[in-house]
Amino acid sequence: MSDDRETLRRAVIDALTEIAPEVDPAAIDEAAGLADQLELDSMDMLNLIVAIHERTGIEVPERDYGRLATLRGAVDYLAAIGGSSSTDR
Amino acid sequence: MADFKMPSLGADMTHGTLLEWMVAPGAAVKRGDIVALIDTSKAEIEAEAFEDGVIEELLVAPGTRVPVGTPRARIRSAGAAPAATGTPSAGQGLTATPAAGPDLTATPAAGQDLTATPAPPPAGTAALHGSERQAAMREAIGQLMTRSKREIPHYYLQREIDMTAASAWLAERNGERAPAERILPAALLLAAVARAAARTPAMNGLYTDGAFHPADSVRLGVAVALRGGGLIAPALQGAERMSVPELMAGLRDLVARGRTGALRSSEAQTPTITVTNLGEQGADLVHGVIYAPQVALVGFGRVRERPWAQGGMLGVRPTVQASLAADHRVSDGRTGSRFLAAIDALLQSPEEL
Repeated sequence: MSDDRETLRRAVIDALTEIAPEVDPAAIDEAAGLADQLELDSMDMLNLIVAIHERTGIEVPERDYGRLATLRGAVDYLAAIGGSSSTDR
Repeated sequence: MADFKMPSLGADMTHGTLLEWMVAPGAAVKRGDIVALIDTSKAEIEAEAFEDGVIEELLVAPGTRVPVGTPRARIRSAGAAPAATGTPSAGQGLTATPAAGPDLTATPAAGQDLTATPAPPPAGTAALHGSERQAAMREAIGQLMTRSKREIPHYYLQREIDMTAASAWLAERNGERAPAERILPAALLLAAVARAAARTPAMNGLYTDGAFHPADSVRLGVAVALRGGGLIAPALQGAERMSVPELMAGLRDLVARGRTGALRSSEAQTPTITVTNLGEQGADLVHGVIYAPQVALVGFGRVRERPWAQGGMLGVRPTVQASLAADHRVSDGRTGSRFLAAIDALLQSPEEL
């Protein structure tokens, strides 16, 4: 299970550095808001969702975007959803 | 026969530095092909060929900074014969063949060393990076805003727009689609502004040489904040005819390439009207400054849940403050009000955008 979490965490961080290339992954506060920390606007957030989909196969529905507000929240959410590539709509 | 001149890639651009040639003499180019990389003070832009032809001669060496309008290269239009020796430019030897038409070579700017052989870039004219780029961009923005404030008699209007229908339409549409195909509210706002601007000529065009020149289509500028500070406003040509998914794709593409500094010259040209969407940064309402020589700027603030009275009943709806800054030399409040009302009406029927 912790391997899955670590893999997912890695995927989210890779997606984040794709969108905010100047960010140092080690400096991201897991519990703080990603949008504020990394100055992400809605286009960035959508690109993050797309990048997560590409890297993990998980489609995050719009109603769940708020669950990915922090790095920890994002990993928790993705781990709970699991590796399935289909989600309830 | 024609020249590629240093293009004006924005109203605030007076000079550009030619960074790199992507073609050599003798190369055939088609309209839209990238021929050079140009540095304006705000970004590096890929300059496109504006017509089909063959590059005859490169006139400006890489690393040279020249005023807007300076010929950079000579191009022979497709089907034309090679150049004549009639009027040689400084220092050039031309082949002795009959002229196909008038020689359009302009006199090079005084003091420029024009040779077809690339020379090493003179010190200080290489591409700007990092903090130099930031400072240059800040300077350019400052000059443009100063000019706008000095020259344009602004008037300001606002209108609160009910976003219930738009939000519901987006939620339903995006709920059925994978992330890569989802649409942001911004794309709907751009669509509404583009359609309304096409129908309100006094909002869409440029004020130059003491007169207003309405445009026949909408080249919609989108203000994009750059990471680390700074602002550019690349343009979507023909936005009034683009579908909402096309606008979304165009917006995503412009934002991505605008932030990495890889815009094309067709996107860096002066828009005919610009939209600035500052809602996500936290502002409720934008009091905008028009980007001269445009004549209008539409601003959007945050989409927020607000109390809303209708039909004698009070409820809560998501709304956005739309604002208009417009040029009083070209339009009055009545026209501006109708323009905002048109944007509002379009957003009440998002499925028809």
